[in-house]
Amino acid sequence: MNIVGKREARIDGYDKAAGRTKYYEDQMPADALYVRIKHAEKAHAIVKSIDTSAAQAIPGVVRVLTCFDVPDISFPTAGHPWSMDPAHCDVADRKLLNTHVRYWGDDVAVVIADNEVAAAQGVRALTVEYEELPFVLDVQKAMEDGAPQLHEEFPNNILKHTGMRLGDYEAAVKEKGLIKVEGWYETPTVQHCHIENHGCFAYEENGRITVVTSTQIPHIIRRVVGQALGRPWSDIRIVKPYIGGGFGNKQDALYEPLCAWCSTQVGGRCVRIDCSREETFVSNRVRHAIRFHITTWLRQDGVIAARKVECFSNQGAYASHGHSIVAKAMGSFHQHYPCPNMESDCYTVYTNRPVAGAMRGYGMPQASFADESNIDDCARAVGMEPMEFRRLNIMPQGYKDDFSGNVNYNDTYRECMAKGAQIIDYERKLKEFANDSGNIRRGIGLATFWYNTAVYPIALETTSNRMQLNLDGTVTMQCGETEIGQGADTVYAQMTAQALGLKSYRDVRVISCQDTDITPTGLGAYASRQTYVAGFSIKQTAQLLKDKILQYACEATGVATTEIDIEDGNIVRKDDRQPIMSLSELAMTAQYNPVHSEHLTAESTFTIRSNAYSFGCTFAEVEVDIEMCKTKVVRIVNVHDCGSLINPALAEAQVHGGMSMAIGYGLSEQLIFDEKTGRPLNNNLLDYKLSTFMDHPKLEAYFIENPEPTSPFGTKALGEPPACSGAPAIRNAILNATGVAINRNPINPHVLFAEFSKAGLINDPWKEEK
Amino acid sequence: MSQYKVVHCNINGKDVEKVVDVRASLTDMLRNEYHLTSVKKGCEVGECGACNVLIDGEAFNSCIYLAVWAEGKHIRTLEGLMGPNGELSDIQQAFIDETAIQCGFCTPGFIMTAVEILEADTLYTDDELRKLLSGHLCRCTGYENILRAVKKTMYRRQGKEIDF
Repeated sequence: MNIVGKREARIDGYDKAAGRTKYYEDQMPADALYVRIKHAEKAHAIVKSIDTSAAQAIPGVVRVLTCFDVPDISFPTAGHPWSMDPAHCDVADRKLLNTHVRYWGDDVAVVIADNEVAAAQGVRALTVEYEELPFVLDVQKAMEDGAPQLHEEFPNNILKHTGMRLGDYEAAVKEKGLIKVEGWYETPTVQHCHIENHGCFAYEENGRITVVTSTQIPHIIRRVVGQALGRPWSDIRIVKPYIGGGFGNKQDALYEPLCAWCSTQVGGRCVRIDCSREETFVSNRVRHAIRFHITTWLRQDGVIAARKVECFSNQGAYASHGHSIVAKAMGSFHQHYPCPNMESDCYTVYTNRPVAGAMRGYGMPQASFADESNIDDCARAVGMEPMEFRRLNIMPQGYKDDFSGNVNYNDTYRECMAKGAQIIDYERKLKEFANDSGNIRRGIGLATFWYNTAVYPIALETTSNRMQLNLDGTVTMQCGETEIGQGADTVYAQMTAQALGLKSYRDVRVISCQDTDITPTGLGAYASRQTYVAGFSIKQTAQLLKDKILQYACEATGVATTEIDIEDGNIVRKDDRQPIMSLSELAMTAQYNPVHSEHLTAESTFTIRSNAYSFGCTFAEVEVDIEMCKTKVVRIVNVHDCGSLINPALAEAQVHGGMSMAIGYGLSEQLIFDEKTGRPLNNNLLDYKLSTFMDHPKLEAYFIENPEPTSPFGTKALGEPPACSGAPAIRNAILNATGVAINRNPINPHVLFAEFSKAGLINDPWKEEK
Repeated sequence: MSQYKVVHCNINGKDVEKVVDVRASLTDMLRNEYHLTSVKKGCEVGECGACNVLIDGEAFNSCIYLAVWAEGKHIRTLEGLMGPNGELSDIQQAFIDETAIQCGFCTPGFIMTAVEILEADTLYTDDELRKLLSGHLCRCTGYENILRAVKKTMYRRQGKEIDF
């Protein structure tokens, strides 16, 4: 019976609809002390002194701790698996509180108080004396000789530079008759904007520290807290309850280390850190702003002969996930549009801006914006229709990437494009819109992407799982791959029920909360890995449990294990599928057998040594109001090949969320900074311009289901892919509508005003007056 | 003026009173004094809608509504929608059926605004519904399935079914 592949309701749906799901703050001990952080109001400075006397005098203030009090330990924060190779470990470049302030919003002190108001008043009462330093916000300016230096060990602020060479680019570009298409493409700093801000609370118990936190990666956080405090990792216990979204921000150690340390400074009492929205925008993580320079050389027939790609990634003040993000972005180009001669370079550069880390897409929304913009410009340069140009140059069926081992088994790109084009009526609209010449102009555009599944072979891929047969015939399942809203627990339940032969996915009790003291070690939610990787350990652990169940059934019934199976929650004879015992009877018999009592459980780890290409595309139809410089997305269609769908309803919902994020990325979202001071100017949900209900058309999600051969359930990445191709599809639709190529996002009215003025579509009266 | 004040109000059909800090928001009072944890905090400045409750039938961001203003008011939170035996109301069930829930953090606020919309007993257009729901932010769903859940329930309450 098929349980996998069905549209099933979420297993946590009832509690969430009833409002009784408990997030970290809903479990807060009543006596928790409030920790408020003093954030630096300088972009780059050295803290000379902090006068804490006024803060300490405020009634309710328990302790004031500053950057001069913290352990002299630098630690990394990235939510990466630990590497046994020291050269591969994450960069450890920050302390719990920092005397060297490297961005506006850096953490310099905390006030711990028995009430919220006193803690906030305490922070305001601190007097910080700074020695101001020059600062730099722009990624390429930060690389110049003489630019302000953020970290001594990294000259010119370059955290890392890597490159890739294929064939001979210099020789290839000398070919006669090549057409050169060159552009600079600029992507903005954006934030995850999960509706639950990050927060946590920590306390000591029996000499160990427990941290309950809103995180995607409990087992990794345990290690980072241990590192930051200089304590053995097993001294730390991390508990992850339900969380209100993460999107990569919570794939980083945020304030867990500081919170744990604060508890140790007040005798192990419970302390809480609750980020405000304003803090979340600035002092958590953001998506890297990456600037791309792409030069593509085309033959007259449209074939790409050579390509050069340079990527400059704005890391902000600390390394966090660092170079891995732009490295992934750079690595996408030669696979997306393979060509024999390529030269690619990417730089990750420290600047005095908020710290960039993981965010849904991990470099791919940026790469996709640049790549797919350039590709549309290429199509124009040779007078080809953009989809036709892609068909000519895109990764062909059978393409293999030697590094990841990924293979494009099917002709997925062409299948996805064909489906999307048919649904949105691409060819007809292309012709029809070409005649628009008034103030409102319609346009249609597309963009494609590919995405990896999980992180092999760059880092370890491991997943563990524990299953237990309960006395009522249900099965409890536990793993470290976290539910963060995406619906992981529900698909785990479906896969477990399927693998074991249970009647329904409702017969699987998924322990949603991870507790590093008891949850089998897993790495958490990131890299669109959960369904893919958990699939391996679920199948393997289910097989182990099934073997034990059949063994006991054989003992209880006398029928050989080779002759029996589990189906619909019963032990059945293989021959005629007749039930001979229910799982509940079997569990009761096994547990309460006076001669041979057995608690039927299984646990196992699987190390994944494969990866999988996930593919897709977006088609966007827009109406551009030239005079108002406004873009309206009329229709938007995403088509994905993420293998076989485990739960189509949840898969569609994932796609909707990613499309929404991509629309915001394309048209409205960005965090902006004051050039004079480095201060963030719009770190709130209103001024940041997060998409609302009014900013979207109907979101249309479709799938091509080519089963992934490496996965036991035929599945591959879907969490991040929907966020990748929406922004460039909108950009290309605007190009189609107006003939103006916009090489930066978000494409808001400010940008369109400047570009339309330049293109002569509108007159800028102020300009004429000058 | 004293820093504390007794606030009498009716919460989810029950007359109650508590002494509250005059500086406290209604969100703080509902969460801390009455343990109504469906009332969520996403921004505390009236931008996200996660703390939305009904005050005398009208949707408000409780984070920017002082607790003392609740004196004499009828307040409804998501906890008040369930039947005595844990039965979900039609709109809660629709959120489950239409996969309108992901992380669940914006869900209670959205459902309370949906209640206000449904109780208006009006068949709104999609554009009207989008506008009425636009005081809430959600990062998981793209709002798509939330619209379906509210629209389907609105039609059902009018005795009609609608296809998408």
